[in-house]
Amino acid sequence: MTDAPLATSWIIAPTILPAITAAVLILLRQRDISIQRFVSLSSTAALVVIAVFLYLVLDDGETDAYRLGAWPAPFGIALVLDRLSATMLVLTAGLALAVLLYAMAGWDRHGRHFHALFHFQLLGLNGAFLTGDIFNLFVFFEVMLIASYGLMLHGGGAKRLRAGFQYVAINLIASSLFLIAIGLIYGTVGTLNFADLAVKARAVAEGDQALLQTGVLLLLLVFALKAAFVPLHWWLPATYAAASAPVAALFAIMTKVGAYAIIRVFGTVFGDGAAPAALGAVAAPWVVPAALVTIAVGTIGLLGTRKLFNLAAFNTIASMGVLLVAVGQFSVDGLTAALYYLVHSTIAGAALFLIVDLIASRRTVKLDALVPGNPISQAAVIGALFFLVAIAVVGLPPLSGFIGKLLVLDATYEASKAWLIWATILVSSLMMTIAFARAGSTVFWKAEGQTTGPKWDTAAVTPIIVVACLVGASLMFAVFAGPAVRALYATAEQALDTQTYVRAVLGDRENVEPERPITTPNTMSDPSAPTISPGE
Amino acid sequence: MELIVSSAIGFMTAAAVYLILQKRTFPIVVGLTLLSYAVNIFLFSSGRLVVNQPPIITGAESYTDPLPQALVLTAIVISFGMTALIVVLAIRGFLETATDTADLPEDEWDDETETRS
Repeated sequence: MTDAPLATSWIIAPTILPAITAAVLILLRQRDISIQRFVSLSSTAALVVIAVFLYLVLDDGETDAYRLGAWPAPFGIALVLDRLSATMLVLTAGLALAVLLYAMAGWDRHGRHFHALFHFQLLGLNGAFLTGDIFNLFVFFEVMLIASYGLMLHGGGAKRLRAGFQYVAINLIASSLFLIAIGLIYGTVGTLNFADLAVKARAVAEGDQALLQTGVLLLLLVFALKAAFVPLHWWLPATYAAASAPVAALFAIMTKVGAYAIIRVFGTVFGDGAAPAALGAVAAPWVVPAALVTIAVGTIGLLGTRKLFNLAAFNTIASMGVLLVAVGQFSVDGLTAALYYLVHSTIAGAALFLIVDLIASRRTVKLDALVPGNPISQAAVIGALFFLVAIAVVGLPPLSGFIGKLLVLDATYEASKAWLIWATILVSSLMMTIAFARAGSTVFWKAEGQTTGPKWDTAAVTPIIVVACLVGASLMFAVFAGPAVRALYATAEQALDTQTYVRAVLGDRENVEPERPITTPNTMSDPSAPTISPGE
Repeated sequence: MELIVSSAIGFMTAAAVYLILQKRTFPIVVGLTLLSYAVNIFLFSSGRLVVNQPPIITGAESYTDPLPQALVLTAIVISFGMTALIVVLAIRGFLETATDTADLPEDEWDDETETRS
C-alpha cells in the first residue's frame, strides 16, 4: 500500500462517497426533507468536484490502476482509471447534479428513500465505469439495477408497478445471461481481470475457442439489452415512460453504460487484432446492422407515438442507434464520434425528459398525451426550451447534436455500406424533425382553454433553470467542439490501446505473454505464471 | 457426474424458458428462480468438476478451483434478493390492478394519463 501514490487512491472515491452518503441518507429518513436534500446535494456536488479532479489531475494520458488492499492485479480487485472512465465519471456526476436539482423542486417528496436510492444508483454507475474486471462489472451492474428498480417505482401507482415487473424480469434474465457468459469465459481463459483476459485470451486452446466466442457473444447480448439495441429494446419505452421524469432523465446515462461496456470489452479487452480468436471481431458483424435497425425503430416510434414521454423514450432508442453505428466501426475516428455523441445524447436526452415533464405537469387535461390540451403557464419560456432541446436531439445546428451527427457521418464515410448508414441517419433526422415539429405545434399552438400551471415563483423557476442549463451545456459542447474532439480523440486512442491498459494494470512484467497455451483454468499452478512481488 | 450436472442445467434452463414465456406473473417468477438455479450450477462447473479436493493450493497435485465458489456465492445472494423483490412487485401489482398478467393493457394506460392524479 505504501507504494501507491496518494493521488491514485482517489480513484476509489467516486464509489465510496455515494455508498456512505446513501447509508447516511437511510439513517436520516425520518428527518426533515430539507436535511436529506442538503446531504444529498452536497454529496453530489462533491462528486462533481472529485470527478473533475480525477479527470484533470490523474488524467495525464496515463492509465492508472488502484489495487484494493494492494493485492497484485490478476488476483485482487483492481479499479482502473483512464480517460474513458474519467469522461464517463464527469458526465455522470454532472448529469446527477442537474437531475437532483430538478427533483428537489418536488419530485423527491413523492416517495420515501428517493435520495438514498439516487446515491446507490450513482455508486453502481461509477463502479461500472471504474472496475477492472468482468465479475465486478456484473456486481456494479446489479447495484445499479437494484437502485434503478427502486427509483423506477418511485412515486408508486399501478402503471409503474406493471411496467416495473417487466423491467425487473427482463433484467433478471439479462443478469443470468451475464453469469453464463462469465462462466464460459472463466472456464476457458481462467481469469476475469480485463487486462489478464486481454493477454490470456490469445493463448486459449483450439478446442475451447468456440466456447469462448459463445461467452463473448453472450456478453454482447447483455450489453445490447442495457443499450436498448433492437431487438432487445422493447422494455425501454414502457419503463422510461412510466418512470418519474427525473428518474428517466438519470436513466439517460444507464443506456450509455451498455455502450461503455461494449467499448471497454470489445474495444479495449478483445480489440487487439493480435488475438488469434479475433474476439473483438465476433461482435463487429452484429453491431452496425442492429444499430441501423435501432435508428429506424426509434424514428418510427417517434413518428407514431401518442404520448410525450414516449417521444422522449423513443428518442433515447434512436440516439443509441446513432451512437452504436459509430461504436461499431471500432476505429479511433469512429470511437471519437461515438464518445462525442454519447456526451451529447446524454445531456439532450435528459433535457428532453425534463422539458416534457414541465409540459405535462402544467396541463390539467390530456397530461402527457400528444394532443392539443389547455395552454400552460410560462408557455413562452418552456416552448422556447422545447424548441432548443428538439434542435439538439434532432441534430440541427447550432447545438451539439449537429456536430455529433456530423462526426458520426464523417467516421463512417469509408465504412462498408456507408451509403446505407448515411441514408439511415439522414432520413431518420428528417423524420425526427417532423415528429418534433408536430409535437411542438400541437402542444403549444393548438392549445385552447384556461391557462394552468404554477405562477412565476422559486418552485416553478428552478426546474426551468435546470433545463436551460442542460441546453446551455449542449451549446457549450458545440462551441468548444474543437478542444472536446481533441480530448475525445486521445480518449478513443487510449481506449483502443490494449497494450497500455495491460501494462498499467498488470505492471511492467516481462512475462506478460504466456509462454504456452493454457489448457486448464488453474492458472495458479501454471509454472509460467508471473511471480508476485509484494511491492508491485 | 458430468452427464448429471449438464443435463440438470439443461432441463432446468428449458423449464425456465418455458415458464418465463407464460402470461401470468407467478410462472414467470418460478421460471426466473429456476433459471438462477441453473446459472448457479453452471457457474460452479466452470471451475471444472472435481471431487474431494481442497479449495486451496497445498502443494498436492490437484485442488478444486475456489474462485467459482466465491462467484456462485455472490450470484446466489443477488438472485435471491432479486427474486424477493420481484415477488413483492408481482403481489403489489396484483393487489392494485386485480389481475396478475404481466402485460401492459393499452386502454388502462390511456385512461390513467388523461385524468389528473
